[in-house]
Amino acid sequence: MKVGAPKEVCLGELRVAMTPSSAVQIQKLGHECIIETGAGLSAGFDDEAYKEAGVKVLKSATALWKASDIVIKVRDPIKAEQKFFRDSQTLISFFNPGGNEELLKLAAKKGINVIAMEMVPRISRAQKMDALSSMANIAGYRAVIEAGNNFGRFFTGQITAAGKIPPAKVLVVGAGVAGLAAIGTATSLGAIVRAFDVRPEVAEQIESLGAEFLFLDFDNNQGGVATGGYASPSSPEFREKQLNLFLKQAPDIDIVITTALIPNHEAPELWTREMVERMKPGSVIIDLAAEKGGNCKLTVVDERIVTENGVIIVGYTDFPSRMANQASTLYSTNIRHMISDLTPNKDGIIVHDMEDDVLRGATVTYNKKITYPPPPPKLAAIAAPKINKSTKPLSRAEEKTLSDKAFKTATKLQIGLLCVGGLLMLGVGAVAPESFMQHFIVFVLACFIGFQVIWKVSHALHTPLMAVTNAISGIVILGALLQVGSSNFLVLFLSTISILIASINIVGGFLVTRRMLAMFQKS
Amino acid sequence: MSSGIVSAAYIGAAVLFILSLGGLSNQESAKRAVWYGILGMAIAVFVTIFGPGVYNIFLILTAILVGSYAGYFISGKVQMTEMPQLVAALHSFVGLAAVFIGLNAEMMLNSIITLRDSGLQMSSSELTGFGEKLWQKDSIEIGILKAEVFLGIFIGAITFTGSIVAFGKLAGKLDGTPKKLKGGHYLNAMSLFACLILGWMYLDGAGIWSMIIVTIISGFIGWHLIMGIGGADMPVVVSMLNSYSGWAAAAIGFTLGNDLLIVTGALVGSSGAILSYIMCKAMNRSFISVILGGFGGKTGPQMVVDGEQISIDVDGVASALNDANSVVIIPGYGMAVAQAQQSVSALVSKLRGKNIKVRFAIHPVAGRLPGHMNVLLAEAKVPYDIVLEMDEINEDFPNTDVVIVIGSNDIVNPAAQDDPNSPIAGMPVLECWKARQVFVSKRGQGTGYSGIENPLFYKENTRMLYGDAKVSIDALLPKID
Repeated sequence: MKVGAPKEVCLGELRVAMTPSSAVQIQKLGHECIIETGAGLSAGFDDEAYKEAGVKVLKSATALWKASDIVIKVRDPIKAEQKFFRDSQTLISFFNPGGNEELLKLAAKKGINVIAMEMVPRISRAQKMDALSSMANIAGYRAVIEAGNNFGRFFTGQITAAGKIPPAKVLVVGAGVAGLAAIGTATSLGAIVRAFDVRPEVAEQIESLGAEFLFLDFDNNQGGVATGGYASPSSPEFREKQLNLFLKQAPDIDIVITTALIPNHEAPELWTREMVERMKPGSVIIDLAAEKGGNCKLTVVDERIVTENGVIIVGYTDFPSRMANQASTLYSTNIRHMISDLTPNKDGIIVHDMEDDVLRGATVTYNKKITYPPPPPKLAAIAAPKINKSTKPLSRAEEKTLSDKAFKTATKLQIGLLCVGGLLMLGVGAVAPESFMQHFIVFVLACFIGFQVIWKVSHALHTPLMAVTNAISGIVILGALLQVGSSNFLVLFLSTISILIASINIVGGFLVTRRMLAMFQKS
Repeated sequence: MSSGIVSAAYIGAAVLFILSLGGLSNQESAKRAVWYGILGMAIAVFVTIFGPGVYNIFLILTAILVGSYAGYFISGKVQMTEMPQLVAALHSFVGLAAVFIGLNAEMMLNSIITLRDSGLQMSSSELTGFGEKLWQKDSIEIGILKAEVFLGIFIGAITFTGSIVAFGKLAGKLDGTPKKLKGGHYLNAMSLFACLILGWMYLDGAGIWSMIIVTIISGFIGWHLIMGIGGADMPVVVSMLNSYSGWAAAAIGFTLGNDLLIVTGALVGSSGAILSYIMCKAMNRSFISVILGGFGGKTGPQMVVDGEQISIDVDGVASALNDANSVVIIPGYGMAVAQAQQSVSALVSKLRGKNIKVRFAIHPVAGRLPGHMNVLLAEAKVPYDIVLEMDEINEDFPNTDVVIVIGSNDIVNPAAQDDPNSPIAGMPVLECWKARQVFVSKRGQGTGYSGIENPLFYKENTRMLYGDAKVSIDALLPKID
């Protein structure tokens, strides 16, 4: 089949759905690749690069849409593109099916099968095609960079000859993919990062990136998670506590990055006018939810504004596009994985399997029918949080009682063992003759020494230990030596053989141990 | 040489043996320790040969020379990956020797009692050292002697056949999967019971035939017991047989009234017992359940593993390694099978040359012998101070960039912690999934020895590098710059 990527026509969109390297991979699946001339230019891929990768370059969008069985795109198609739709063509793109009913109907009517990249379910198998996550990752990174661009100070604290520079304090609200990327970027730039999320189970991820999790003490804390790993709207009481928390933070924070989105809802207002007013002049707010109305109501979509008290609010929505090369590389890989799932036999033939959880979830029109919204996925994205019983660190006194207890049980065990052992000895001594008891003492003491000594052997030397004990157990040779003088021929024969094999043991065991030990070297 | 000097020499030998085992507490003192052992053994054998009551010196020396040459030959030729087989084979020798010496003791006892009853004087009957001891025994002592003979033969025969089966399994000459005859452990229990009855009859005066039957039956127990235990439990089996060979030697020591044999046997026996205990603990299983074979009963359905195994090629691994600051390598039995240790070592020196922090994480039961991986890595000239135990390194995984798992499976299975229904639940494992990126070098998509699905392979930070470990690592080498 022919896979074609047209030039993005949406204003300011610099990304492209196919890169030369993804084209190579798609061709390996048995497909042919075509691209509209200049499609990759703004993302840093010229036509030559595509030609080298074996991609056919077509002159116009019309030709491309006509020639392609599968059209791959970034943005949802605009009017001009919609007229190219034709029957049993496949379109893989962002599609915004939730907010674009007319387009959905048109696509179904024209018979084009649409796979909407934002609808890929959030299950681990589908992560490789989760374009929302890969784009959010870029957005999170770029948000910090953009904040740094607007922020008049260093991120990291320094003490220089010219004076002290305090570190920037960054608050990230919402620790989804974008939030986590922002946290990681900001901490690695040296800022003090705090983060908040309604889902308490992400605390671990936040802390693992070196940020501080702002903990909200709330009884019914489990309410923030819906299926699919996204947050759900929270209760009014919870919201109030959360706003109080932010209000306290506001004067202290230099940079706020808000990423809170709830699927199919307007973005929740988390950073109120009051908080903005409390912030220091020169502080920066990056609102990644600007497209859905913004987490801060002062945000103006696609613009950078400065409030009366000198706080900069950035409402750009095209962060991924601002890093077009990186974004295209990631997005084209997502697309390539999607095509790879559509071509299970790698023979260039599309099998649109509507039983498959991932394909079913992402497909919004199929065979002239609207298949949106999909049935809920069968698997939850994040395993239910484990209830941690002993998070509270033990106090001194508790620790002491615990160790006392352990000491007591150990003492009891030892005394018990000694008693049992003593009784056993008594029992043996009562029946056995003197000559036996003498050897028995030796035996018991030797066992005891053995136990004491062997515990100290290092783990790494267990194999040499086995080899050397092997050699030493060749000591049975002494038994055979004491018997070999017998006049009985059979005894003579058996003991000679015993001597022979015991010698193999002794010599073989010791030599191989020596060989092994000689190999251990210090660096 | 008088018997006093012999005893003094035995004390010296016993002390040297203890020093030799104690010296294994670290790599440097171990190099000295092995000489203590050799010296102790030389003293013991020398004074015994030239001590009182030993005849046929020419025969003895011939046997020792032939045996020594064989031992020298084997120890020079054996590959380090074949170490488990060698150890098992050597155990079988001790077992066999114990059986022979036990049977000899019975035969000599008979002839000496006949001699004594015929009214001859001890001094005129040209007895061996052991014969003299037998001559002086009264009836209770003879009873105890017989019990000791029985124990020596019983343990010796189990050690002998058990070690041969273990050798076969480790050398790949026998199928590694657990097999049992119909009747399973009842058969073993019945055989044990039969041995006890025969032993009782022997004490009661039955002839040497009873001991020969005991030899055969206990040989069967050893064979059947080890046949029923699978490949990955071999570390426990080998250390258990090590222990048995010690106890057999100790039992023979009692029979012969030789304190050095008793001491040495007890040392070896307790050493093997401790090793078995450590191995069992590392698998979170009781000794009994290992001996009974197979994995313990499951308590419920296992967690369903969701996702897919994502494969990666050598280039991907190489670029991740080139970018890493810290790398941990987890070797397992698969590395030994593929003989990949030299390639791994070359990889490590290349990475270390780039100032990347490389360490090895060794699980106590990795491989088929306690400490097996350490020896293989030492052979490949990996310095031992970067080879760490599980407890030393488990906390460092979250700060590790890349983990390479080479041919290990169950010891890196997160199900042991996450899934209470997993057959390996509670077994301490290397928490490699906490690292940023995990690469698993594996021959194919199959499960490990235990047949348990490994969720690690499905984790989002895990990539599978399919293929022979040695081939994969060799392909990786030129790509590290």
